Amino acid sequence: MRKFYTLFSREVRGYFHSPIAYIVLIFFLIVSGIDFYFQVSFMNQRQVQYTVQEAFFNSIFFWFAFVLIFPLITMRLFAEEFKLGTIEPLTTVPVRDWQVVLAKFFGALVFYVILWIPTLLYFAIFLKVTNEPAAHSAGAYAGSYLMLLLLGMFYLSIGCLTSVLTRNQIIAAIISFCAITLLFFLGLVQFILLDVSSETRDLLGYFSAIEHMGTFSRGVIDTRPIVLYVSMTIVMLTLTHQAFQSRKWRL
Amino acid sequence: MIKVENLTKRYAGQPAIRDLNFEVGRGEIMGFLGPNGAGKTTTMRILASFMPPTSGRATIAGFDVFEQSLQARAHLGYMPENVPLYSDMRVTEYLRYRAALKGVQHRRVTERVGDVKELCGLKSVENKLIGALSKGYRQRVGLADALLAEPDLLILDEPTIGLDPNQIRQVRELIKNLGEQHTILLSTHILPEVEMTCSRVIIIHRGRIEACDTPENLLGKIRQAGGVVLEAKVGKDNGADELKKISGVREVITDGQDDWKRFSLRVESGVDVREEVFRLATERHWSLRELSQRRATLEDVFVEITHSDAV
Repeated sequence: MRKFYTLFSREVRGYFHSPIAYIVLIFFLIVSGIDFYFQVSFMNQRQVQYTVQEAFFNSIFFWFAFVLIFPLITMRLFAEEFKLGTIEPLTTVPVRDWQVVLAKFFGALVFYVILWIPTLLYFAIFLKVTNEPAAHSAGAYAGSYLMLLLLGMFYLSIGCLTSVLTRNQIIAAIISFCAITLLFFLGLVQFILLDVSSETRDLLGYFSAIEHMGTFSRGVIDTRPIVLYVSMTIVMLTLTHQAFQSRKWRL
Repeated sequence: MIKVENLTKRYAGQPAIRDLNFEVGRGEIMGFLGPNGAGKTTTMRILASFMPPTSGRATIAGFDVFEQSLQARAHLGYMPENVPLYSDMRVTEYLRYRAALKGVQHRRVTERVGDVKELCGLKSVENKLIGALSKGYRQRVGLADALLAEPDLLILDEPTIGLDPNQIRQVRELIKNLGEQHTILLSTHILPEVEMTCSRVIIIHRGRIEACDTPENLLGKIRQAGGVVLEAKVGKDNGADELKKISGVREVITDGQDDWKRFSLRVESGVDVREEVFRLATERHWSLRELSQRRATLEDVFVEITHSDAV
């Protein structure tokens, strides 16, 4: 446990030692800030059926920034170590491979969570300025942030896997970006292919991040997406572990 | 401490090392010598459980480096080639991090980190970013890291590469002192270093062990590579012809264009021909300004072993 904690805190600190972390933070704050501003001003102009908080988590801006941050967060995890050769001192001390994999994953997750903390401020400011809550209930906040965490875990684990497969950070970023975007668009297929059967549509809907976010941001906590994302994260991390160990296969 | 049996490693079918067999006993300083690409780093990486061998086995303190890699690694301090380090960390921070990873007890971390910094002369740079350090200091951080957990065995891949002569001397002293408590396997291509520090030497060439012995024995085997150097004014004589007649002399190489000629004599092992040479010189009325015996060095051994194979 101590070794895991040592590796984990090194990962978290590693983010803040590199300029990438600050660039991602700033980029993300700008985009989410603009998103929030647009949603509010849009609602000022006409009558709508949804709340500010729902609008914020379901806009195009949000999804655009969302799929982009994962490759940026995860590309360096393993690829950088392979490139710099620091993987050699790391794997020749008595630590287990799964400790390394989990430390990197949770390190990335902590950074991801930190990324979202400022957005809580938006809602606080909104409440202070307008004297009206941005959402119908506390559950709506909880639901949206829970979905953010679940989606984050899954997409970060994909990023881990692509980073362990190559020593080139750019390649890792491109592959994970493609994989995440494809998964994301899987949920949109039902709007594009109109002649598919309703079963297929339901099946695709089960994978749709947009739909899940829609449900959760209304405050409806459905267990199916929770099971899906947690289990997929475990699968991805298992694959990452296997790929990381593959250097030890006798070939 | 180290036991290696029939160790073979192939990269994409190309053998990097072939059927290595050797043992390193407790308290020995073993030098690993070979030209570039001979398989030194490959062997050390296998011993450090960084990569598996294709076939054969290796054990460290009785633990198989592949099957019981975690226990084997716990006995080992490894300094990889070129010392890869996290350039965004500070020296003390890095050493504390490494100490925790190596399972140094929490209350002893500060003490151990202080000790290795002292030992490796890192006090003056302890708060610097590793990325800002010179090659020599990075090398020392790597060495300090290897020593952190007081391992039984140190594996050092090219510990003095990139250091200036003073630093080399310091590191050599350090290794010698460490040898009193640790078993050390070090690779290098600096030959005097091996002669001065190592109790035994393995010469590896093209993935095979060509020789494994103490430096003295290796020199003994090849004493003829040493010989006698003579600088003389031989007048009308040819010089070389006369010298060749002395029994024990195998070969004479003549240098020098002017009156003073320089003769290098290769002699049979264990024969001292200097007295004979002097007698010849007085007989033929040569003027002599140098007559000395050249000791064979490991360099001769190395060249003979690695060269004869190449030709």
